[in-house]
Amino acid sequence: MPYYLDFEKPVAELESKIEELKRLADGGDMNIASEIKRLEKKAKDLRANIFSKLTHWQKTLIARHVERPQTLDYIGLIMEDFIELHGDRCFADDPSIVGGFARFSNVSVVVIGHQKGRGTNERIWRNFGQPHPEGYRKALRLLKLAERFKKPVITLIDTTGAYPGIGAEERGQAESIARNLFEMSILRTPIISIVIGEGGSGGALALGVADRVLMLEHSVYSVISPEGCAAILWKKDGNELTQEEYEKASESLKLTAQDLFEMGVIDEIIPEPVGGAHRAPKDTASDVKKTVRRHLSELMENSIDTVLEERYRKFRVMGAIKKELA
Amino acid sequence: MAWFKKEKYTISKKVKVPEGLWVKCDGCREIIYRKEVEKNLQVCPKCNYHFRISAIERIQLLIDEGSFKEIGGNLTSMDPLNFKDQVPYKERLKDAQKKSNMKEAAIAGETLIEGYPAMLIVLDFAFMGGSMGSVVGEKFALTSEKASEEEVPLISITSSGGARMQEGILSLMQMAKTSAAIAMFKKGVMPYISILADPTFGGVTASFAMLGDIIIAEPKSLIGFAGPRVIEQTIKQQLPDGFQRAEFLLQHGMIDMVVNRKDLRQTIIKLLSMIVGGEKVKT
Repeated sequence: MPYYLDFEKPVAELESKIEELKRLADGGDMNIASEIKRLEKKAKDLRANIFSKLTHWQKTLIARHVERPQTLDYIGLIMEDFIELHGDRCFADDPSIVGGFARFSNVSVVVIGHQKGRGTNERIWRNFGQPHPEGYRKALRLLKLAERFKKPVITLIDTTGAYPGIGAEERGQAESIARNLFEMSILRTPIISIVIGEGGSGGALALGVADRVLMLEHSVYSVISPEGCAAILWKKDGNELTQEEYEKASESLKLTAQDLFEMGVIDEIIPEPVGGAHRAPKDTASDVKKTVRRHLSELMENSIDTVLEERYRKFRVMGAIKKELA
Repeated sequence: MAWFKKEKYTISKKVKVPEGLWVKCDGCREIIYRKEVEKNLQVCPKCNYHFRISAIERIQLLIDEGSFKEIGGNLTSMDPLNFKDQVPYKERLKDAQKKSNMKEAAIAGETLIEGYPAMLIVLDFAFMGGSMGSVVGEKFALTSEKASEEEVPLISITSSGGARMQEGILSLMQMAKTSAAIAMFKKGVMPYISILADPTFGGVTASFAMLGDIIIAEPKSLIGFAGPRVIEQTIKQQLPDGFQRAEFLLQHGMIDMVVNRKDLRQTIIKLLSMIVGGEKVKT
């Protein structure tokens, strides 16, 4: 039984009706068969209609959908021979970030991504995809391996954010993120980042300083979560925030793939099937593969010095600034 | 040239402490005679609590008098997201400008410290919590690039809540921009000295502030990635005493030293004389 978000409920109802009819139609009654066809078309149209006018907050919910494909799903679907590597050689192995070598369209690459996990046990073990410093330091270790062995890097971004906890602060959460931004900006190998779900602030950017930054159609990327933003703006003396405030906050933050593309922060949007990536993971993955392959071959044709110069310029020009006349 | 003009930046009358003859120290909660705090570089004489001071005051404490030439002083923020809030972002900017007597949350420029040329950038908490938006990021990148070009040391003093929410993703990208600028700068042989003042958090800590070759903090400053309230709400526990204070970071190996405000200039001079000073063996 798939999991439906609130705004998908009309579709969910239709689909359960269709299922019921299908069970009844086992005998092969022609009337029911045509009725099923009619309803299936209706469900499809209804879903297309809902998805054509998603609000920013609804997009955020899809980006966080529990069934949405995660890093390891994409690795399984678009790469071969994945060998996972573990540990930061300092403190621990952080399961909220996974990475290793893999073959992508015949090229061996280093792939790194956040992993939220599925089911209660795995999600707790992976800390819901919220890394500690050792996660970022593991990522850095793998980035350095990629540089030395001249392998391109593909990173998959999907996190609420870096974990806010005592241990994380003690071990230098801020330093570990800063270090990754620093090293990725000069890493002598091509880097492609794809936001596959949630791009939560610094914890996301720590895997996202890349030559190409791509986003899935229903993914989000933001400096702060809509909940965090709403709490700062509207939370007063313990009142509960409502969906209305989350809607407003997510709209203000302009956090969708479409917003970011318009602002020139990302390079391309990878389309998702109607209903979101989780309704057809294989189709989504195949689009991801095609898009990444195109960018990778472009990058690999250039000299690494050119790639690095362009990477520096890419981030150097970001921002909205007014120059006042003296 | 744009030397600091005393009349424009008089600070002694505009101190960021409560009005009146007496001040309550945020550190020890004692009531102290205000003049005494002022005389002591805005440091509590009882508990050594370092009050927050303006960027201008910090610059004056550090540099050779009259040696500061501002860069990027004409840069101001736009409202790229058309950010919706009770108070529009543009209004907030205007208020901040009035309140802090600054155009943005950072002042940058070239300067001399005991004759050593250096590039300096200072964040001011009074301007929207010292938050980093496009202009702060741009000023930092400009300062860092100029330090690279002229082969002089780079010094930053931070007091900031982090990335500026009102500029959304563009603020986040300033973290990448400033870190990349530091990566370029560090290809040279000059040092980057990062000084952390109370408070330094979020996107500022998690980018240039923690990338100093040498990192110094003012005593008892709160420094971290996530704010203490966010951590408390997440883990549902009380935080230990002294958590995220400068001394805590020193103990955990995150910074090089905790230096009193009154000793800061001398410490910087000593470091500069060591790192960029003479190399000849005395015979």
